[in-house]
Amino acid sequence: MARFSFFGEALPEIDLEELKGKLIVLEGTDGVGRSTHIGLLKQWLENHGHAVLDTGMTRSALAGKRLKQAKEGHTLGGITMSLFYATDLADRLENEIIPALRAGFIVLTDRYIYSLMARAIVRGADPEWLREVYGFALKPDAIFYLRVGIDDLVTRVLQSTGFEYWESGMDLHMGEDMYESFVRYQKWLLAEFDKMVEVYGFQPIDASGSVEEVFKELRDRVDAVVARDGD
Amino acid sequence: MKMYGKHRFPGRLFIVEGIDGSGKSTQLMLLKKWLESEGYVVYFSEWNSSPLVQDVTKRGKKKKMLTPMTFSLIHATDFADRTEHHIIPPLKAGAVVLADRYSYTAFARDVVRGVSPKWVRELYAFAVKPTVAFYFRTPLDVAMKRILGGRDAIKYYEAGMDLGLSDDIEQSFGLFQARIIEEYEKMVAEFGLVAIDATRSIEEQQAEVRRIVSEALTGTKKTKVRRWLDLASLAKRSQK
Repeated sequence: MARFSFFGEALPEIDLEELKGKLIVLEGTDGVGRSTHIGLLKQWLENHGHAVLDTGMTRSALAGKRLKQAKEGHTLGGITMSLFYATDLADRLENEIIPALRAGFIVLTDRYIYSLMARAIVRGADPEWLREVYGFALKPDAIFYLRVGIDDLVTRVLQSTGFEYWESGMDLHMGEDMYESFVRYQKWLLAEFDKMVEVYGFQPIDASGSVEEVFKELRDRVDAVVARDGD
Repeated sequence: MKMYGKHRFPGRLFIVEGIDGSGKSTQLMLLKKWLESEGYVVYFSEWNSSPLVQDVTKRGKKKKMLTPMTFSLIHATDFADRTEHHIIPPLKAGAVVLADRYSYTAFARDVVRGVSPKWVRELYAFAVKPTVAFYFRTPLDVAMKRILGGRDAIKYYEAGMDLGLSDDIEQSFGLFQARIIEEYEKMVAEFGLVAIDATRSIEEQQAEVRRIVSEALTGTKKTKVRRWLDLASLAKRSQK
């Protein structure tokens, strides 16, 4: 029996039996510290002798650069953006993630289909359609959901980059200014993520503590996944 | 963001499908001329999506980076942009929208490449259902003669070279198109494509197309400023 499976329809020409590595997802809203923790995890895993591939949204060789530009221009519609992201993910799956899993790597991905679905659902997409479209994605071994409440999130964003157009959901015209819009938009996203906890088996991690505290818990949980017997 | 499906917009959408060399573009051009001369507001939906999406498609093809999945997805992205920008707005405005190739091209092409038929149909669930979808049915040898006679070199993906059917590009093209035809034939019943026998004369085919289109046009908006448009295009022509 292959350890991996697809959510829906399979990618053509992929033999799941060959995939040996682990696919680990970090999810969470903007500003929650995902990339910091991916960096720490990578170092820690490599120190322990594991080969690691880290990847994330808009990093595909095929579509990454243009997708980032499309985001900046705010000219593409909702369905178009969802499909553009799907193209980016498919390219990374076929050319990075699956080859790495075949070679026995631990793949850490900064966001996965869940963020894409949450953001699209908030913008009015049909959840059933999204599930079908993203059905080509591999089911991960674990999804760690870094969670903080809205108040913590606001503080963190203010301390780092400030409010940003997309992270504030400004395209949705939800508030009078960026702060109001950010709060409403991120609350809504949090609600969508919270709904997914049970549906997709997220492992929530309280990310309101210090980086060290959060990392310690994350590390222990990742360790358990890595140690878990492959077959 | 909606699934448009069976639209209730005041406009009409007519699309043509068929393999390369079936003559569908000629037929669509003639249909356009006639509709304009009848005074309809005609919007020709070209494949001019966002430059960002186009760049990805072009680069992916040129560098042969595309797999069956990413080929399918980037074309769906392009089609979505076209739907959101060039099909829905004119349909809402009551125009007669014409499209050369539609989602059925993807259903044929992607499935031949090995993509799941069910998945690719779901992928395009947002597409507007055409008022009439014409399928120009052409035997392979007839289409091959038209293509290989006139045009420039066939391109890599057009010939289905990525499928490894043959090292010879013309042979690969033939084998690929034969499989595309099989997929189209399955779709005639599935989607109610209106099949036109494309071995008949251009005039005979066009007469049939116009007859079918005119039946579907009852109640469609006509323009009152046609004279102005004619004058404008005359003026443009005389400048050249």
